Amino acid sequence: MLTFNTLVVVCFLYVVLLFLVAFGADKRARRSKVRFLSTPMIYTLSLSVYCTAWTFYGAVGYAARSGLEFVTIYLGPTLVMIGWWWFLRKLVRVGRSQRVTSIADLVSSRYGKSNLLGVLVTLIAVVGTTPYIALQLQSVTLSFAVFARDRSAGWAVPDLEQTAIWVAGGLALFTILFGTRNLDVNERHHGVVTAIAVEAVVKLVALLAVGIFVVWGIGGGPQGIAAAMDQVIQDAPEGAWAMQGGRWVGLTFLSAAAFLTLPRMFQVLVVENVNERQLAMASWAFPLYLFLMSLFVIPIAVVGLSLMPAGENPDLFVLTLPLYFEQDGLAMLSFLGGFSSATSMVIVASIALSTMVSNHIIMPIWLSTRLSGAAEYGDARQILLAARRLSIGAILALGYFYYRLSGGGAALAAIGLISFAGVAQVLPAMAGGLFWRGASRSGAVAGLVTGFAIWAYTLFLPSFGEAGVMSASVLANGPWGIEALRPQALFGVDGLDPVVHALFWSLILNCVVFVFISLMSFPSPLERLQAAQFVNVLDHTSSARGRSFNAATSEDLLVMAQQIMGAEQAQAWFQSQAEQQGKQGYLPDTTPDFIARLERELSGLVGTATAHAMIAQILGGATVSVDDLLAVADETQQMLEQTSLMEAKQEELATTARQLSDVNEKLTQLSIQKDAFLSQISHELRTPMTSIRAFSEILRDGGADDPEAAARHASIIHDESVRLTRLLDDLLDLSVLENGQVQLYPKREAVRTVLDRALAATSSVIDQEKVHIHRNRSDEGIALYTDTDRLAQVFINLISNAAKYCDAKGKRLAIRVRERGGELQVDFVDNGSGVPLESQSMIFEKFSRLSDQAAAGGAGLGLAICREIMDKLGGSITYLPGQSGGAFRVTLPVRARLHQTDNPHAQINHL
Amino acid sequence: MRTPREPLFLARQSYRKRRIEDAARLLPLLGVILFLLPLMVGGEVGSMRLAYVFTAWFLLIFSAGILSFFLGQNLDQDASGEDTGRPESSGGIDKTSDDTRRL
Repeated sequence: MLTFNTLVVVCFLYVVLLFLVAFGADKRARRSKVRFLSTPMIYTLSLSVYCTAWTFYGAVGYAARSGLEFVTIYLGPTLVMIGWWWFLRKLVRVGRSQRVTSIADLVSSRYGKSNLLGVLVTLIAVVGTTPYIALQLQSVTLSFAVFARDRSAGWAVPDLEQTAIWVAGGLALFTILFGTRNLDVNERHHGVVTAIAVEAVVKLVALLAVGIFVVWGIGGGPQGIAAAMDQVIQDAPEGAWAMQGGRWVGLTFLSAAAFLTLPRMFQVLVVENVNERQLAMASWAFPLYLFLMSLFVIPIAVVGLSLMPAGENPDLFVLTLPLYFEQDGLAMLSFLGGFSSATSMVIVASIALSTMVSNHIIMPIWLSTRLSGAAEYGDARQILLAARRLSIGAILALGYFYYRLSGGGAALAAIGLISFAGVAQVLPAMAGGLFWRGASRSGAVAGLVTGFAIWAYTLFLPSFGEAGVMSASVLANGPWGIEALRPQALFGVDGLDPVVHALFWSLILNCVVFVFISLMSFPSPLERLQAAQFVNVLDHTSSARGRSFNAATSEDLLVMAQQIMGAEQAQAWFQSQAEQQGKQGYLPDTTPDFIARLERELSGLVGTATAHAMIAQILGGATVSVDDLLAVADETQQMLEQTSLMEAKQEELATTARQLSDVNEKLTQLSIQKDAFLSQISHELRTPMTSIRAFSEILRDGGADDPEAAARHASIIHDESVRLTRLLDDLLDLSVLENGQVQLYPKREAVRTVLDRALAATSSVIDQEKVHIHRNRSDEGIALYTDTDRLAQVFINLISNAAKYCDAKGKRLAIRVRERGGELQVDFVDNGSGVPLESQSMIFEKFSRLSDQAAAGGAGLGLAICREIMDKLGGSITYLPGQSGGAFRVTLPVRARLHQTDNPHAQINHL
Repeated sequence: MRTPREPLFLARQSYRKRRIEDAARLLPLLGVILFLLPLMVGGEVGSMRLAYVFTAWFLLIFSAGILSFFLGQNLDQDASGEDTGRPESSGGIDKTSDDTRRL
């Protein structure tokens, strides 16, 4: 037979067990055996602090009153968890990389380490969570009372208030012992988390056991439950089991939002997270946990409604059903399940809240009473721990007093959703901060204040009832009779459920104000740095460069860090940092990188804003300088530069490749040309040789008896050998010119003289071909200083070419001389058909002849020699298209030096 | 000799990995749709709708489980690269902090 005393004893033993589990886990953690403690399974189970006594007991009551709707409280978190890749992964990554200690810390850190935001979020969390803690105390007290009431004959009814105070005290003790046992840089509590995992199992097993007992023990299996359900639906008041779309959607969203923003959920979800593999498993395992928790809720509610006496509190069916059917063991288990739910929630919530209160309210106040300097932090560690402990005590006391004041009535039961809606106000600032770089501090502050005020006005204050803060007339007619301001029908929107109404207005206006002010405001540099780090956390894990200080010695920093991290730990950390910089000893250089890391280490202990303020106090500058921003911009700039550099290089490569292919083509052409040259040479040499041989053979064999014929043969041999000699002369000349071993003999002479000489030399051809020469002798007085013999050679070549190849009837050659811009131009224009366009580029090559006019007697080297000569003289020879006939232009600088001749008087130039 | 079914993509693994990530992003959307469907039917909630909600819920959990199996494999690779890139989380520091974090 289960007595109240047995209950107390079992309860006590259970608590002792939890103490032992927590103690053991902490011990393991201290021996660095955290592998087991950080398994994904423990993490998943610790998430079950979401299921408080309100859900353990309340879900059945909820289902008994409104049917399926209770499930929305679990559907929201399910959606959040299965969408972890999208949101939670980023949140957890930010939490880890920034060493975030609480949700207030996250928001404060994101918006430029603003302590104002930290305080705001802390206040919202405290206001939203305190009633919730009161609710847990109530549920434990109520469950004790159930046992006391049933066996009241013979036993004294225990003092309920006393139960509540004992529970609150015990929880405070447990939380202080294990929650503030260590001052960890990661703010992780292995002992507490493991104890909570154990409690999660107890909860689940208890509810499943009760469910199985109800369905197959007394409900008559699934068919029996279905039948009972139909009966219950018929008996229920009209519309109780209907689905209300607004509430269904609104509550699903609300539970999803609260899942992310409740301080205790943030604590287990983000702060206690060790790696992303935990999250991967929790993404399906935690929804499964919720699924199992809610699987038997409807059957228990249905059976309870149909079998229990009327007027029984449906909130306690989980407990009263086994008791009613004399299943004491099951009732005991069920009680422990409810007890676990309540205690785990209170423990984690008070740890989370105490961290927030001490980091964002107590430490900044304490800090501001100090003057700057490292030596002032002598007792920081003790102060911090004392602040944590004090906060835990205060929060639990606050919960207890709230419970006492509210009287533990029905008003408290509704507080669950109200609390959810309150903390959900942090969501816009949090989500906006993670995904939108433009979200600013002013926007976040304004949004939070707006949302919180509307929540308080439309939901929180009216929840105290008409006797509370708001009078009945205010509720019915609005303040001062203004209908539009009625708390539960703001702006005339009535007909909505109060919770959905409040959620709608508070979050909508919260978001609108947040976005609007963010768009209008201009964030500080530090804020923008943080924004970039938060939003891009998945892209790169490297930390942005921090400030650079030279004035601060690392000794000051070490002194401060020792007082906060503990001497041993701080020294070890500084030593490892110094080692990383390649230094010996304990004092690393105060590089920006080192400062940033130290700040992050400290923020794991005292929160971002406080750590930032402490370091700023020592370093004497809390603001980000322009240099820091430039450094960040520099990285972008460097990337851009690298890209453009790559592009330039690519272009360069393309150019080189083009050049190479050009050169290759030229080489191929040269090779072809060389072959052609060789075959030409052989041909040119062979033709005269053949005739010389033939005629000399005739002479030798006495074939020409006739002396006249012999003389003719001899003259042919002579002519051919002359031609051969000329060809060889030309070749020699060309080769000398091409190899640059030419000797130049410059002298001063007028163009007229040179031309006269050239014409005199070619007079025989001119007379033979009857060429008419046009000259303007008055233009030809320009004096030259050059190797005029060579120049005359060019002129001779051009004149004889014109004489030989001009195909006009009355051959005419015009020679025009003029000076243009210090250059002498001599044009030789005949009246023939000229050179066809396609051949113009070829005529200066060796052995190029327009026709096979061998009769002309040239080997096709004349123009090639001309070009080489002009090149050596520092001028050029070009074909001049578009004239009346064939036209060549010889250009020569009047005063220019000879090609590469430094000393014009040098007689010999070995070029 | 060419096998008749030669893979078309060379980076099949990374392609599959990205598609799994897409699926993980879309899954909550599917959840929202599944959980909104019961609203399309009016009237009291019967056993049918009860069964539907719980079945849909379980299917989502099942899909999330399969996806997280593959995503978890990818995380292992990512994590190894991540650790080397972050000197502040080097093992030496954590070990010493474990030893000294008691009060």
